[in-house]
Amino acid sequence: MSETTLGGLAGRMPKFLRRADPAVVTAFACIVLLLFLGSLYSRSFLSPEYLLQQLKVASFLGVIATGMMLVILLGQIDLSVPWAVAAGAMMACAAAAYGSAGVALAIPFGVLCGVAIGIVNGIGVAYLRIPSMIITLATNAVAQGLMVVYTGGFSPQDSATAAMRYLATGFTIPGVPNAVIIWALIGAAMVFMLTRSSFGRAVYGIGNRERAAYLSGIDTRRIVLIAFAVSGGLSAFGGVLLAGYASKAAQSMGDAYLLPSIAAVVLGGTSILGGRGSYLGTVAGVILITLLQSILSVMQMPEAGRQIIYGVVIVAMLLLYGRAPASR
Amino acid sequence: MKDWRYWLAEQRGTLFAFGIFIVMFAIYSANHPAGFTANVVQTAANKGVLLAFVAMAQTLVVITAGIDLSVGMIFTLTNCMASWLVIGTGLETGFGVLAVLGTGLLCGAINGAIIIYGRLQPIVATIATGAVFFGLALLLRPVPGGSVNEDLADFLTGRFFGVVPASLVALLVVVLVVWVPFSRSEFGRAAYAAGSSEMAAYMSGVPIRRGKFLAYTLAGLLAAIGGLFLTFFTYTGEAAYASGNAYTLFSIAAVVLGGVSLFGGKGSAIGAIFGALAFRTIGDLLFVFDFDPLWQPLFQGVILLIAVSLGAFALFRVRNRLEWFL
Amino acid sequence: MDGAAPLFRMEGISKRYGGVRALEKADLTVTAGGIHAILGENGAGKSTLIKVMAGVVAPDEGTMTLDGHEVSFASPAAANQAGIVCIFQELSLIPELSVADNIVISDPPKRFGMIDRKAQRRIAEQALARAGASDIHPCALVKDLPLSRRQMVEIAKALARKPRILILDEATSALTAADVAKVFEVLKRLRSEGLALLYISHRMNEIAELADHCTVFRNGRNVASYPAGSKSDNEVVELMIGREYSHIFPPKPGPAPAATTVLEARKLSWADRLDNISLSVKAGEIVGLGGLDGQGQRELLLAFFGVLRGISGEILIDGKPVSIASPTAASHGRIGMALIPEDRKTEGLMLPMTVRENLSFAALDRLSKAGIIDRVAEQRLIDDMVGLLAIKTAGLDIPVGALSGGNQQKVVIAKWLMRQPRIILLNDPTRGIDVGTKQELYQLMRKLADAGAAILFYSTDYDELIGCCDRVLVLYDGAVKRELVGAEITEHALIASALNIHGDDNRIGLGGKA
Repeated sequence: MSETTLGGLAGRMPKFLRRADPAVVTAFACIVLLLFLGSLYSRSFLSPEYLLQQLKVASFLGVIATGMMLVILLGQIDLSVPWAVAAGAMMACAAAAYGSAGVALAIPFGVLCGVAIGIVNGIGVAYLRIPSMIITLATNAVAQGLMVVYTGGFSPQDSATAAMRYLATGFTIPGVPNAVIIWALIGAAMVFMLTRSSFGRAVYGIGNRERAAYLSGIDTRRIVLIAFAVSGGLSAFGGVLLAGYASKAAQSMGDAYLLPSIAAVVLGGTSILGGRGSYLGTVAGVILITLLQSILSVMQMPEAGRQIIYGVVIVAMLLLYGRAPASR
Repeated sequence: MKDWRYWLAEQRGTLFAFGIFIVMFAIYSANHPAGFTANVVQTAANKGVLLAFVAMAQTLVVITAGIDLSVGMIFTLTNCMASWLVIGTGLETGFGVLAVLGTGLLCGAINGAIIIYGRLQPIVATIATGAVFFGLALLLRPVPGGSVNEDLADFLTGRFFGVVPASLVALLVVVLVVWVPFSRSEFGRAAYAAGSSEMAAYMSGVPIRRGKFLAYTLAGLLAAIGGLFLTFFTYTGEAAYASGNAYTLFSIAAVVLGGVSLFGGKGSAIGAIFGALAFRTIGDLLFVFDFDPLWQPLFQGVILLIAVSLGAFALFRVRNRLEWFL
Repeated sequence: MDGAAPLFRMEGISKRYGGVRALEKADLTVTAGGIHAILGENGAGKSTLIKVMAGVVAPDEGTMTLDGHEVSFASPAAANQAGIVCIFQELSLIPELSVADNIVISDPPKRFGMIDRKAQRRIAEQALARAGASDIHPCALVKDLPLSRRQMVEIAKALARKPRILILDEATSALTAADVAKVFEVLKRLRSEGLALLYISHRMNEIAELADHCTVFRNGRNVASYPAGSKSDNEVVELMIGREYSHIFPPKPGPAPAATTVLEARKLSWADRLDNISLSVKAGEIVGLGGLDGQGQRELLLAFFGVLRGISGEILIDGKPVSIASPTAASHGRIGMALIPEDRKTEGLMLPMTVRENLSFAALDRLSKAGIIDRVAEQRLIDDMVGLLAIKTAGLDIPVGALSGGNQQKVVIAKWLMRQPRIILLNDPTRGIDVGTKQELYQLMRKLADAGAAILFYSTDYDELIGCCDRVLVLYDGAVKRELVGAEITEHALIASALNIHGDDNRIGLGGKA
């Protein structure tokens, strides 16, 4: 009965509001709140330059969180992000040292390394049915080991190619950083895939009830494998962009992206148990996290405070949205 | 079958880890330039015991079919805390130790409360609390430093009677005081039962929630004991993100090597201790064979990958594919 | 110990699940020192009755009295406290713990706050001895024991709780004949010790041997109570069937004489659940699977659908042997098989997803080009299905979980019809849905068969098998025990062969219903 009233009420609302998840709305409300608080602190907070700069910083996290979201929608998690990011960055830079062919292939090679890490994850999760949390931790350790061996434990001396720098810092459209355009393109592709492709439907189906998806004739293992490969590839691409941004790769450059990428996805209303969530929410989560970081750094909050605030915000939001059903 | 056979079957994982450790340690000490001396043993023990404490902590949680990705950060936080508090007169040091252990208990209890009563997934919840614990550690020690009561530190990291490493004795005491009572209590059994089959445990009227809560809380305590010992070894506190993460990761490897099932309900902390010691020894093998230490992270990563893949072989016995999705 | 003073009495107990009534003003009287058998068909209300007794579910109305005092149980633990202990069909043992641990799990003996292992071992040994299972070592892990031994542990665990009323719900179904004999001795001894025992079983010979008193349930009511041995098997079957037919079924034209065999199995075996099953289904034919619940019918359907590994024997499609390794292989390509699974909530549907998404989920490959869903084609096909099955929904974009049970089941069927399957396997599709929808499903099944589909239909409701099927195969213990064709399909024949009562002398004048 309440459902029909709700349905009737919702029917009169604009479509984008009707379909909006309360979590997404909350996340956007928090963004507005943060901007407001920031503007109290400093006038320049609402200036277009600052906002665009934030969007550019957000786009690196946005690319990485896109892959994470895909995996979380399946009800899994990808903890190999830190070294998939680093491996993408380092391998792209490394390839650049091998002549003009290396320079040309730097970006695809970096991304491919991430895909390889993702495939190992995917095989472990889909075919060996190792809990994703465990196998991705293990591949993260292996990727780290490989990179340490390759770089000798120091930040590699190879520097990013011009193309990488252009993607991360250049402008194709005046005023709009390329990184933002890239995020927009990847985001659009993700939205299209999630809503319009049979792959996207299968991802949601598996996340909701893998058993039912399997019995519906979906090749669930293939879908899971692909999702992890995409996640690994996007993490590495994020690393490539970051390397372009900083002109070179660095050890442990990915460490700062694991927690924020999970947090962005979860704060955007995607259920950590899988099957529910929209990309719009992830966008909101990414911007929210980036703004939070920015404000904390503008306020000269030390790293310690940032970590604590992160953790507390995530736990609080999860307690609001991410709880398992009480029934037993 | 005789009783001892059942005992043997139950301890198979532990004995396996013990066996690996003995073999590895034999290879290690045989090839060590200094050979099998009290000094070599003491150094190895001191390194191994740290991971052993953290692995014990992880075991308690894994038994309930959960996971604690914040153990490494509790370890780091208590290390930083000890570098402030465990100093001064005997009484002050004593209170400092209690405060550090109390902090560990509190961290574990927070994890337990959020996961069991807040009904959050252990993995995300402990990643988030891990960030908080690390933040607190950074707050305490923005740069490495501090000091510790060196008499106590030297006593607990030295040797008894010139041969027995004190840290091993401490480990034994912790096993007897924390692990044995827990595993033999009603709550310990509830933790096992919940990990093995939560539904059957519920139908049998087992105190599931209290058992799991106790497991998380004691995990915090054990991680804190590890943090305390880290301070005794290094005399300083350091909020090192990479090291905290590495301990979390290695604790999972040690637990798996020690025969504790990541699906819950099976294994013992004793196994995890041997798993930890074996893991450390394997990592150090590279040194005695004069490998470049750069290879160590890769080597450890590969061991971890192999260890977690071992459990997958049970999969090939599944005859109804629907059981994959349970 | 005289019948005049009942130990436990239930009066006017009713229980509904949603719209389905499981118990309707049921009464039961249990006396100390007696074994009371409860009989009834699948879904007659027996399970619900004992769940009420054991505190697992709360009744909607009615009273329970123990020793003349009114009681109500908030949980299984509360019922245990009062001395009512139930051995359920689904095991409540913890696999990774030892036998001794399991036996004392709810109230272990303690010393200094720790579990006293010596005392625990002693209690376990005593309980195992009382259960006649002293061959089971108390230190063995439960997961290492075969099913029959686990069942014995379950009985020992119940005895360790010192019950006054012990309920055994199909407790012997997994036991070997030797174990059954032992358990019977134990039960008889317990009876002489003054316990009240409630015994639920489908095995008539067991009831004849054990019971002092019998009560027959039908449609949620106790329809007859009589001293054991005062009625013949035939009379009991009559009581269980009753005379209530509430369904109208479409006529059965049967397959055309020229119809070809589409689905065939030859000597199909799997683990210890399927035993040498051979069967064939022709185009346009509806073949029923009968028998008691859990005799391998579900596994048989899963075996066809490519879910089980390690099958021996052959599966033939259109007369050609095939190997089906997954539901994907079963449903795609020329095989064209569909399975309406057992549990629509966990196997058939993704409840939080929309009606639209659920409907097109099994046919995504047909609805998309290069991986992109053709939304026009999707909409058209969905409209067809919603029309064909008359699915009542407030819209296609609401969660399928918001629909009624019957409409949910229609969605499950519709999502497979979107593939136009040639072979349709149905696993008890009418369970828990309303009468009206049931009728529609019967009509639909016949319509699909008439259009040439081969249908294999498992149902726990004998009326349905009689009304819908051209042939019925009755399974018992994983093997086909009997094939009933046309007019042979009667309730009596179904029940008699399901209970594995041999001989045609059981046949009484219930024939020609078809």
